[in-house]
Amino acid sequence: MGKLSVFILLFTSYAAYSTWVYTNGTDRGTVMNAQQQAGKKIWQQYNCTSCHQIFGLGGYLGPELTTVISDKNRGETYARVFLQAGAVRMPNFHFTPEQINDIIAYLKYVDTNAFSYKHGNEQPTP
Amino acid sequence: MNSPRPERRVAALFILLAMLSLLSGLLYGTLGAGQYIFPELLKTKLSFSQSRPLHVYLVINWIFSAAAGGIYYYLPWISGGRKIFSPALAFIHFGLQLLVWIMVVTGFFMGVFGGREYLEFPVWINAIVLFSWLCFMINFFATVRPVFKNAPVYIWSFSTGLLFFFITMTEAQLWVLPYFNNNIIRDVTVQWKAMGSMVGSWNMLVYGSAMLIMEKISGDKEMNHSKMAYFFYFLGMTNLMFNWGHHTYIVPASPVVKTVSYFISMTELLILGNIIYTWRKKFRDSLGFRKFLPASVLGWADSWIFLNLVLSIAISVPAINYFTHGTHITVAHAMGATIGINTMLLLASLVFIVSKENEPLLTRTGGHLKSALRVMNISLLVFWGTLIGMGIVKIMAVQDNELFYGVMNRLRPWFDFFFLSGIVLLAGLAWVLIWLVPVFWRILTGKKS
Repeated sequence: MGKLSVFILLFTSYAAYSTWVYTNGTDRGTVMNAQQQAGKKIWQQYNCTSCHQIFGLGGYLGPELTTVISDKNRGETYARVFLQAGAVRMPNFHFTPEQINDIIAYLKYVDTNAFSYKHGNEQPTP
Repeated sequence: MNSPRPERRVAALFILLAMLSLLSGLLYGTLGAGQYIFPELLKTKLSFSQSRPLHVYLVINWIFSAAAGGIYYYLPWISGGRKIFSPALAFIHFGLQLLVWIMVVTGFFMGVFGGREYLEFPVWINAIVLFSWLCFMINFFATVRPVFKNAPVYIWSFSTGLLFFFITMTEAQLWVLPYFNNNIIRDVTVQWKAMGSMVGSWNMLVYGSAMLIMEKISGDKEMNHSKMAYFFYFLGMTNLMFNWGHHTYIVPASPVVKTVSYFISMTELLILGNIIYTWRKKFRDSLGFRKFLPASVLGWADSWIFLNLVLSIAISVPAINYFTHGTHITVAHAMGATIGINTMLLLASLVFIVSKENEPLLTRTGGHLKSALRVMNISLLVFWGTLIGMGIVKIMAVQDNELFYGVMNRLRPWFDFFFLSGIVLLAGLAWVLIWLVPVFWRILTGKKS
């Protein structure tokens, strides 16, 4: 087989695999509502990812937040305290109460979809 | 004063920008490391949420700019002495990249973010990046088109890197569509996919440069036409396209993604085996070869490829990945690859250009460069080892159900090593760059060496 043929074969496999990843491969979990979307927008606007990870994406200066809401040692109140006042390493961003509610809604959404952290890789039946 | 050919001037411009990016990128990285130890350090003026993206963007910019500069410089050689297709497009490419550099750095200082991991600048800037890359692709493909039929493997490698950077950079913007953005599992998986493959794309550019200079140093033109060279190129391409999944073991996407990536990751064992074999052969047969400075820089890169592959294969095993994800072992993987492998290969490329431009300088002052590289590599080894140590300590702390504050307290002594080795690394790099900058400045201005 010629080099170009190998290239085309690999590239076609990549295109097919990408299409599958975009559709069936990631067709799991729930879809965000408007408030959760607003929370995600604030998350990005304040570059929270530079210090905190969600599903492994992000920095290490602050704690991983994928399951912060359901974590029995942390939870929603823990998250709210930091959002309101900051901490030694976290600046106080002076979020409004509405912004805090939006971020909490987003973190709750992420936590609900983090079933790989709680039940292996199986999506729980509702 | 000579009037340098446009591709030489563009090459020098890219390489000078690359060196500025690397130096400032490591400076902000050191500042970020300092902020681990002194939490109040510039907390309100230049917080970690600014210093980290500055570090990440500038170091990635170093890799792309140095690779692009090298390619522009090598274009007449690899295209059979042809002139560049369009000097204007090359200058537009550089101008746009400089514009993006200024906008991103200024934006981060002002706290303007897009908030996506690794591409933390506002999303619309990516449109300029893509357009500038298109200029680069047109120039490259139009210049090398006549030699494509019997092209050596590095032309395939450059072509693949150019094509896949465009694809993955576009893919990384899919989140702007609600279909991707509003489903966290899809969004995170596609982001890992795009960024993982983008790393593969710049690896193709960097490895292509390394293969080219190895051919030029050894004078062996057949090595880049051999079946073995093409086997490893296609293996590399397969890893570029499918290996990204080893970062997503914790993401609840389909289990097929994990299975595919696990098997592809294990093909890296072939690369590892080949490196060990080649290494032994190289040490046995041609110790003299390594006395030539660019070849000795490649030797440092070889060691980093070996270390990083061992780490990469280890963290691709699901049972190990379960513990290592979310720890500094992942950072060690990234630092080993970007500084250890890519930076050493790119420095080898730059030193090789120096050997062509100013051989007497290399002979006269090459000892300084060797010492500087030794300082860089030893401090990087301490830095890398510290990151792995931090990862192990974190794993142990998490197993003990320690809260985040407790984990950070346990890590505190390791942060000191991390910070100090970072400072020495920065000093070693500055030493290297002081040596390199004047040569590329002369290429840019056309002054004789």
